[in-house]
Order: sequence, then structure tokens, then C-alpha cells
Amino acid sequence: MHDTAAPAVVHHHAPPQGFLRKHVFSLDHKVIGKQYLDLALVAVCTGMVLSWLMRLHLAWPTQPIPGLEKLSPNGAAGGLITPEYYLSLMTMHGTIMVFFVLTTAPFAGFGNYFLPIQVGAQDMAFPRINMTSFWLTFVAFLVLIASFFIHDGPALSGWTAYAPLSAVGKDAGPGQGLGQTLWAVSIAIFCIAQLLGSLNFIATTLDLRTKGMSLARMPFSTWSWFITAVIGLIAFAVLMPACILLILDRVAGTSFFIPAGLVISDRLQPHAGGSPLLWQHLFWFFGHPEVYIAILPGFGIVSHILPVFARKPLLGPRVLIGCLIAIAFLSYTVWGHHMFVSGMNPFSAVLFSVPTLVITIPAAIVTMLWIGTIYGAKLRFTTPALFCLGFVSVFVSGGISGFLLAQPSIDTYLHATYFVVGHFHFVMGVAAMFGIFAATYFWLPKMFGRMMNETLGKWHFWLTFIGVYCVFMPMHYLGLAGNVRRYAEFTDDYLKPLIPLHRFITIAALFTGAAQLIFLFNLIRSRFRGPKAPDNPWEATSLEWSTTSPPPFDNFGGRPPVVHRGPNEYGVQGPAGDYVMQAAPEPAGRADQPC
Amino acid sequence: MLTVTSPPSSPPRVSPPTATQPPESKAAETGVWMGIATISMSFAALTSAMVVRQSGAPDWQHFQLPPILYFNTLILLMSSLTLESARRRITAAAGQVGSLVPPVQRLAELYLTLTLGLLFVMGQVVAWRQLAAQGLFLATSPSSAFFYLFTALHGLHLLGGLVGLLYVLHRLRQATGPVPRTALGAATLYWHFMDVLWVYLLALLTIRV
Repeated sequence: MHDTAAPAVVHHHAPPQGFLRKHVFSLDHKVIGKQYLDLALVAVCTGMVLSWLMRLHLAWPTQPIPGLEKLSPNGAAGGLITPEYYLSLMTMHGTIMVFFVLTTAPFAGFGNYFLPIQVGAQDMAFPRINMTSFWLTFVAFLVLIASFFIHDGPALSGWTAYAPLSAVGKDAGPGQGLGQTLWAVSIAIFCIAQLLGSLNFIATTLDLRTKGMSLARMPFSTWSWFITAVIGLIAFAVLMPACILLILDRVAGTSFFIPAGLVISDRLQPHAGGSPLLWQHLFWFFGHPEVYIAILPGFGIVSHILPVFARKPLLGPRVLIGCLIAIAFLSYTVWGHHMFVSGMNPFSAVLFSVPTLVITIPAAIVTMLWIGTIYGAKLRFTTPALFCLGFVSVFVSGGISGFLLAQPSIDTYLHATYFVVGHFHFVMGVAAMFGIFAATYFWLPKMFGRMMNETLGKWHFWLTFIGVYCVFMPMHYLGLAGNVRRYAEFTDDYLKPLIPLHRFITIAALFTGAAQLIFLFNLIRSRFRGPKAPDNPWEATSLEWSTTSPPPFDNFGGRPPVVHRGPNEYGVQGPAGDYVMQAAPEPAGRADQPC
Repeated sequence: MLTVTSPPSSPPRVSPPTATQPPESKAAETGVWMGIATISMSFAALTSAMVVRQSGAPDWQHFQLPPILYFNTLILLMSSLTLESARRRITAAAGQVGSLVPPVQRLAELYLTLTLGLLFVMGQVVAWRQLAAQGLFLATSPSSAFFYLFTALHGLHLLGGLVGLLYVLHRLRQATGPVPRTALGAATLYWHFMDVLWVYLLALLTIRV
């Protein structure tokens, strides 16, 4: 690939005029990005309500939840959640959050909107494929949500859908009939959507960079979306055939994952010879890279935003990119650490444990780069900056428990406990969410031409920051105390003393959830009524800030910008302050260089 | 869906667009390479699934592959040759007469490629029917399941390639503007990959089934 690709025209046509082409079936990457973010917003609200229902049931298992019976007459008769329905809620919470929030928002949403602008392109390389990708994601979401409204309710095999539970059908539980089939179909569609999306991201990054935008000059967020797309291109390519095999086992009578002689609900299953471990290997070969699909955009967003508010260049930009690439590579070597207790060969556990410990090295280096960047800086404590700092905090908190779980001997004890729940919610869930929040507060002025309210933003940050620690920190203690996960009720003798702590977590979760209403209010109000945003409100350097807020249809008003330097020019003497924009012309007075 | 439209006005510091034709983007070819990567990964995953499923499974049933598959392979290889020849001819002709679209008779080889492609798909369906006539269905044995799965997935991807060729043909027949070299090159690349993938699958099935 050439370092400086010639600008290529993608928008051969004028901006669309009809409502459908403009807002619904739009080919514009900015509209598609906003559509992804809107979908993720609906999904995250759904997922959060599901988590509240689970938490309420865990804290007060005998108290009926008013109104729930209407949603599920079978699963919650009288407002009381049955153990099976609890598992359905858990499955849907995990699936919605991992696929339709943590993948959809930071990668597909913000990536779609800002990757083309940050490389100086007018659109994605394949706008039609881009639109197809979003609408497939939308259909996948509808198919998944549809399982709430069928007679037996949603699947109950968890977001990991372990076989043979997920493969045998209704004998394994109410949601394992149509609900599980809908789950598998939904995820298969989602895989196609993400494969098309990843392909688009990669082609755009490699071929549509504007003049002067060498790979080394790309913003860190662009780098992270690009690397995430490479991970996605391979990871979803494995989950996709795995889902096809699962669907065939369920509807066509094959036996890929169902072993011989399996008796479920006193019925001998009419399948033979399959391997349940095969599903786990295929799933986690996707599943662990998926963790990085969720978190690497957060890495990029934080690396992009922190220098803006530290008013210092990011420490070690090349080291950062090297670490991102190392993490992407290593993410494919560690999947077995999810399977230490699966019955696989114990010697292979060592094989997976070592790269799992090694992958913490680049992750720790990146953390050091962030801390080194803010060391000695005069930080501007804006809301996006706070969320970036919060990201670093929760990522470190969740990452440290990862060291422990990487060791097979410790994981054997902790694997099925709340310790793991606390770990992955911190490191993957909350950290990625903080990245999404930082990105929203940072880029909303560009996307809608309106500033968000800073006071509300700070309230939102502090309540969320304290809230998530109250929710997920005690879970580590619960796990060490032997509290198993995925149980609907803790009425056994040895778990009874832990119920007060569960109540504390539930109350904290409700409060933290309520704090998100501040964000929702701020988001919706700012979108329409916020004060007008200037083109470059944060005094940042990358290309999205050298166009208008919001950008015109073709991003740069007819002519792609020319890039003269990297995105890391902070704390220097520039024409407009202590920074120099990527598109600012050279000071030597070369008049032929437009900006 | 909440969306806010972009204002039509341009930012003040940019000059109007230039009138020169920008160079054709290489993105189509990159896209196909990415597609090749992801499709290869999918089939690699299925291959590993096949190996795992076969190891130590008493229900694995060996059977004779339908001989028509070898005929189909020849057809597919021929289609790649005709397509490559078509691509070279069209690109060379376009270079000679100043990037103009070739006359329709030069597209004969493309039509031949399309026909051969369709013939291959039909041949694969015949192979399925022959297996079914032997009493080997999708769920009969994991070996037959993998056979149907591999051939069906390859067939679907090949049909995608046919659609791509039709699109290129459509653009060539429009007879306006420069020859869509990149699109033609990308479609050809994908088609060759379908060949390579099929030869791999045939070898795999021959060894394993």
C-alpha cells in the first residue's frame, strides 16, 4: 500500500433528497454511524433493565416484581421469576450487551462516523455494503428481541450458548426451543453484518486515506478501529460457521455438538457422536478476540482524547500502536483460558495460561503510556477527560483480577463464581462503556453541532464511577467466598450470609442505572437544544476538527484535506494556540497547500 | 430514528473541487482480498471442526464421492481460464484505444465464464442428488453432513461471485466511461479464489470422507 494514497471519489452523486434515502436507507457513513449508535442506545437500555430484574430477584427472591407477569406470563407468574426465566434474562442481558452494545457502539457506531473523516475520506470504501451491514445488525437485533414475545421465552444457555444444552432443543428447558434457534439465527446474521463492516473499515483505511495521511500519521482512534476490524474479520469468520453448525444440530438432525447417549429430561437424545468441547473451542476462538473487539476501540478513544485534555502529546505513540498490534495477535492464542474447567487436557491449560499472562504486558504498557501522558500535565477536567481517567481506573481494576484468573489452579476455584462476573464486567463491560461515554461527550459537538452540558456530565461521571465500584468490587469478595454465578437464588445455608451484600449490590445497581437517566437527558436535550458548538471546541488536531460541526455531506466540502503531520502535536507553539492541526499548512508559506 | 442533517454549506477554507478525473480506487481489490481472508478463516474453522468431529467418532461413515465432482472441477478450472483471458483482452484493448469500453463481441469469453459457472453449480446439485439416491442425507453421518455443508457453502460463495461478474458485465455493456478495470480485476481475483477453495475442499473431502 502507498503511504499517501490518492484521494478517491466515493460520492459520485449529489446528497440524497428523499426522507428514506436521507435518514433510513442512507449510504452516508455519518448517518449509518448515528443509526448504529441509536440502535446501541436502545439495546443498552434493554440490557440494563434486564440486569435490574436479575438483581432484584437475587436480592429479594420471594418478592414479586410488579408488572413483570405481563411481559412473561410463563416465566414470571405472579411477578416471581422462575429459575428458568432468570437464565433467560441472563442470556439476553449478556447477548444484547456484548453484541449489540459493546461491539455496535464503540466499533461500528463511532468507527463508522469518524474513521472516514479522520483519514480524510468522503465516505466508506463501500457505502452500499455499509448500509447493508447496519440493516443486517438491525434485523439481528429484532430476531433476538422477538424471542421475548414467543410462548416459551428466550434462550437460557447464556451468551456463550454452550452445547449440548444449546443444541438439543426443548427438552433442555422452555427457552431452548424456538428461543435458542432465534438466538443462533440472530448471531449468525450479526456475524455477516460485522464481517461486511470490518471489510469496509479495512479497505477504507488502506485505500481512501487523503494526501499526506500516511499510516504513521493516522489518529490513534483510527488505528484502533482498523486493528479491531482486522480482529473482527477473523473472529466473526469463526463464529459464523459455528452458528451454522449449531443451527443444523437444532433443525436438521445433525450431530456436530451432541454426544452419544445423552439423556435430558429423561429422554434419550436422538443424536450421536458429537463433541460439546468443539463448540467451546469454536466459540471462544471468537469469544476472546471479541473481548478485544469491545475494548480496543476504547483504547483508541482514550489515547485520542487524553492528549487533547492533557495538552501534551501522547507518550510513545509508536509503542502504543505496537502494543495494539501485539494485543490483536495474542488475542488469538488465549481462548482456552475460558475452558480451564471444561475437561480439556490439563497440560493444554499451561499452553493457554502463558500467552494469557503475556498479553497483560502490552496492556500494562498501554496503561503506563496513559499515566505517563497525564503525569505533570495541566489536565483540563472536562467530562470526556474524566471518563478517560475513569476508563483507566476500571480497566486496571478489572485487569488485575485477570492476572489471577489466568492461572489454571486459581481459575479452577474461581471460574464458576462471582469473581469472574466482577472481573469481566470491569475490564470489558464498564471499561468499554466508559470509552463510549468519553467518545459521546467528546464527539457529540462534532456530530450534532451542539455542546453537551458539562455540569450534568460531571454528575453523571461521578455517580457512575462510584456506582460501578459499589456494584462490581463486592462481587470479587462474593466469588472468593464461594458464591456461584448463574444461580437464580442463594437460599443454601452457606450462601445465606452473603445475601445482605447482594442487596447492597442491587441497590447500588439501581442507583447507578438511575444515574444514566442524567446522561440520557443530557444526550437528548443537547442533541436538539444544546449551545451551538464551534468547529473545534476542544482545540484538537485531527481532521474531524478541521471541518464544520456537523460535517457536510461529503465531509470536507468538495475537496479532501491535505495532511502535513501526525495527530500528536500538542504542547507546541502553533498558529491558534498550543497545538497544530494535522491539516494546517506548513509555516514556510507554501501557498499551494490548502488546509 | 433520531438524526440531524448536515448543513449544505461548505467550510470556508476549502477550494472548489477539481475537474480532473480522480484515479480509480483500489478499494474493490482490497475488499476482495479481505473477503478471501475471512472466507478462508471460515473454511479453516470448519476444517478443524471436521478433524475434531472425525477423531474417535464411531459414527463416521466413509463413502465414495460422486465422480461428477471431478468433471465439475474441470468445468470450474476452465471458467477461470476463460475469465483470465477475458480480463487480459479487455484490459489490453482498453489500454490501446484510450480507456474506452470494448465492443460487445469482446465480451464473449465473459459470457462463457458465466455459463461455465452456472454449469458447475448445476453439476454440484447433480452430485447431491446422486448422494441422496444412495441414501446419504445431511443428517445420515457427520461425513455426509460435512460434505453437504462444504459444497453448499462453496456454492453460495460462488453464486456471489457470479453476481459480481454480472455486475462487471453490466458496467462493461453500459459503454460509457472508462473500463472498470479494478472491478473486473476484483471479480476475477474472487473467481480464482473460488477455484482454489474448491480444489482444496475436493482434496479435503477425498482424504477424509
